[in-house]
Order: sequence, then structure tokens, then C-alpha cells
Amino acid sequence: MLDIQHISKTFNVGTVNEKRAVTDLSLHLDKGDFVTVIGSNGAGKSTLFNAIAGSFYVDEGRILLNGKDITFTREHDRSRVIGRLFQDPLRGTAPHMSIEENLALAYLRAAHGNPFSRITAKDRELFRAQLAQLDMGLEDRLGQPVGLLSGGQRQALTLLMATMVPPELLLLDEHTAALDPGTAEKVLALTQSIVAEHHITCLMVTHNMTQALSLGNRTLMMADGGIVLDVAGAERAGMTVEDLVERFRAGTGRTLDNDRMLLSE
Amino acid sequence: MLIITQTALELGFLYAPVALALFLSYRILDIADLTTDGCFVLGAAVSVSLTAAGHPFLAIPAAMLAGACAGLVTAFLQTNLGVPSILAGIVTNTGLYTVNLMAMGWKANQSLLGSDTVFTLARDAGIGGAWYELLLAVIVTGLAAVLLRAFLDTHLGLSLRATGDNPDMVRASSLNPAFTISVGLCLANAMTGLAGAMVGQYQKTVDINSGTGIVVIGLACLIIGETVLGRRSMTRGVLAALVGSLIYRFIYAVVFYTKIVPVECLKLLTAIIVALAIAAPSIQRWAAFQRRKAAAKGKGGN
Repeated sequence: MLDIQHISKTFNVGTVNEKRAVTDLSLHLDKGDFVTVIGSNGAGKSTLFNAIAGSFYVDEGRILLNGKDITFTREHDRSRVIGRLFQDPLRGTAPHMSIEENLALAYLRAAHGNPFSRITAKDRELFRAQLAQLDMGLEDRLGQPVGLLSGGQRQALTLLMATMVPPELLLLDEHTAALDPGTAEKVLALTQSIVAEHHITCLMVTHNMTQALSLGNRTLMMADGGIVLDVAGAERAGMTVEDLVERFRAGTGRTLDNDRMLLSE
Repeated sequence: MLIITQTALELGFLYAPVALALFLSYRILDIADLTTDGCFVLGAAVSVSLTAAGHPFLAIPAAMLAGACAGLVTAFLQTNLGVPSILAGIVTNTGLYTVNLMAMGWKANQSLLGSDTVFTLARDAGIGGAWYELLLAVIVTGLAAVLLRAFLDTHLGLSLRATGDNPDMVRASSLNPAFTISVGLCLANAMTGLAGAMVGQYQKTVDINSGTGIVVIGLACLIIGETVLGRRSMTRGVLAALVGSLIYRFIYAVVFYTKIVPVECLKLLTAIIVALAIAAPSIQRWAAFQRRKAAAKGKGGN
């Protein structure tokens, strides 16, 4: 499905701030995989996501999606098949446009064709049905500007926008980290049900180690721009958070230095 | 009084597409497009030259096309070459000076003596009676406004609005912001070109400097209109551009006929109005902060 072959990325080449963010990283995802990714700050998680989404091009290596080489495909072209959610719930929606207009824009990804088409009554019906799934009462607020919604509602809306036309790959970059616990749980549950419903292949960064083991079918741990741990199946099923910490130490020769990861429930 | 009203209405409608253009570029795309001044003259120059050559109707779409090209140059500079948007407009504007001279046959001004314009043709056909100029201006500008408003509801229009609101999101919707910005600036400058084309034929003359300050006047119109109508919806925004343009030209006409303020001072006055209007939020914040400080001091003294 997703095939990453020996990618490397160095920022600020030739300056004192030169940083090798990702080094010779390879990764293969099968269709329908739901992979959680953990790692301390600076481990290269975001770099990996940016490389896949096309926010920049990698220095070395290749990225293939469904057998198609997308290494040099532009970001907005990749977004046709790759959905992405960020930690910041404000990043995925246009605040001064209405809920229905935001949805219509996301719907564009599939509707392609005529740039002069307008929102039809049929579209509106579809939007209302989709919004009803969120169970946040947004289906009755189609005409309201998105700026009036709470962070959780905006993130749920962004999730809907990213998956309304099911993408081949969904990148979730700590998309619940900025929400309060109750809302985070709700958005996460929504994520699970939507991903399961459409069998979307999914990569999710989290700082919550329990979550990393309980969600999805595979867990990656990153450190120093590489993948130091990759567990799935029976091995993963029997793992505890303590095992994970221990394996991290064994893999990198260091202790885990991220309080947020160790302390979060 | 009637003549003041008539002139103000005519000029208000003729210049309104500039305010519509700025509504699109400044309000929707969030780009201060300084191509406007040169683009207005370009529209007028193309229009007057073609009218002089006997093509008053062809002159108008040609002027719009020329305007769109100017917008495309500005868009290309900022999206592909990384020139900051304001500088991109200034660069294009400077280049347009030469292009405009060329469009006028390398003269600094050009007049239409005895050539048929869309206005004289309407008069001769008896359309609109004594108000033929106004009627024509209303039809053309009204059509531009209606089309613009309808466009803003299309998928492409929505992408344009999102580009000014949240470019990240546009990229995530598989649209290239460089493309939407280009479309927006082309459309905006086509409208500026339209205003130039109509004004050129109306005044039967074009001068290389006739565009100076058009961008600020257009902004003033937009801001005046928004003050009256508010900024709540796209329809209001489009109407604000029209209404603001009419109000501005009324003020202009009153000043012109009554000489309350010397006409030479009008540009300075316009600049002050625009500066104050754009600075209003900052001024309000500053005033609120001062009140808050004074209140805190008052409490501390007791």
C-alpha cells in the first residue's frame, strides 16, 4: 500500500543548524493497516508525516503509494488521496466560511470536474447525514461560520472533511492532543469508527503509550530519525507500557526522556 | 442638484468594478493588489485605442483581457517567483506604465473626437433617454456584480475564499493555492480593466496618470460601503462595494460643486479616511487598553 524506501531528509544543510531529521528510513504498510507511532520530540515523526504528505521532498529514497511513485508529486496533488489531521484543530477548516462551504470544499476532492458547480440540495442532504454521524448537532448549523465552533467540533469536522471522500491513506498527527479529555475521547472514537467503516489505511502519531498499544494493529517507535521498534500481531497483543519502555531502552541505549509519554494514562 | 446626482450615480457605477475588484483581492484573497492603478489605465488605454479604431464593443472585453493579463503577471511574480505580494503589484504597476504608453500609441494621453463609443451608440439608439449613460453603467456594473456574487458560490469561488481564509486547508483539499490566487487576481484585474474601459469611453479620453490613487479610492469605497452595510456575508460585501462607490462619488460631486473642500485636497482626504478606517481596530484596542489602564490606576489610588 504505502512503501517508503530508504528516505533521508536533512534540514538547513551546510549551516550550524544542520539537522538530519530522518535517516535511511524504510516502512511498508499493508492496505487497512492502522499503525500508531510513538517517539520523543525530535524523533522524526512529523518529518516522516511531512515527507509522506509532500510538505517537502525527501533528499534520498522513494515513496510509493499503491505502487505509484509519489516521491516528487506536489503536496496538493497528493492530498487527493492522502487525508491529514493536525494537532491544531484550527488548521483544517476555514473559519469565515460556513460548515456547508467547508464540507463542499473537501467534497471537491471527489467531485473534481466542473469548477463552476454549486452546492446542490443533494449535496446538502449528504452533508447533513454525514454531520449527523458526529452527533454534535452540527447538522442543524450548516450555514454557520466554522469559526463559531469549539476546537473539538472543528477537529471532528476536519476528520469528516478528510474522510468524506475516503482517502487511500489517513495521517493523524496527534489530532486529539489539543482537545480536553472528554472531547479527545469522542473524536478518537469517531476516528476509529470512520477508519473501520471505510477500511482506511491509517498512520497515527500519539504520545499516549496505552493508546499506542490498544489502538490499531501495529505500533512503531521512532528515535533519532529512524524506526527503532516495529511490533504487530501476537507480540504486540501481549505488550504492556513497561515492555514498551524497556524495548525503547534496548533499542536506543537510552531511557525515554519524554515525561508526557510516560505520564499520560 | 439633479446634475450632481446624475454625475455621482454615473461615476459611482462606472468606478464600482474597482471596488468589486478590491473586494475580491483585498477582502477575499487577503492580498493588497497594487496592480490596480496601472491596470485601470491599461483598461482605459486599450478601450480608448480600440474605440478610436472603430471597435467600441470589442474594446470592453479586450480591456478586461488586458487587465486579467496584468493580474496574471502579478500572480506569477508572487506565487512562482516568491516576490512578496505588495512588491509584486508595485513591480507590475511600474512595468504597466510603459505598456500603457504603448497601448496609447506612445503618447501620454489620447482622446476620442467624433468616434462612436458605447455611450454615443446607446444615445443614438434612443436607449435610456437622457439617462442613457447611467443606464449603461448600471447594466454593465450590475452584471459584473451579479456574476461575481454567483461565482463566489461555485466550487472555484469557494476555493478562492478558502485561500484567503486558510491556505493550509486549500492544499489539503487538493487545490493549488498558487492557482486560486492566480484566478483571483486575474478576475480582480479584469474588473479593474472593465472600470477603466467604461470610464475611458465615458470621458472620451485617457491620460497616462489617470490611474493614480485608484487603489486607495477603491478601498475607500469598499470600506465606506462596509461601514454602512456590515461585512457579514458575501452578498453584503458585493453590495458594499457598489453602495460605497456611489457614496464616495456623491461626496466627491458635492465637494466638486460646492467647493467645501478644495478639490485638490480630495486625494489627501481619501487617504486619511482609508488609513483611519483600516487602523480602526488597532485604535479601538488602544483606546480600550487606555481605559482599562486608567480604571486600574483609579482603583490602585483608593
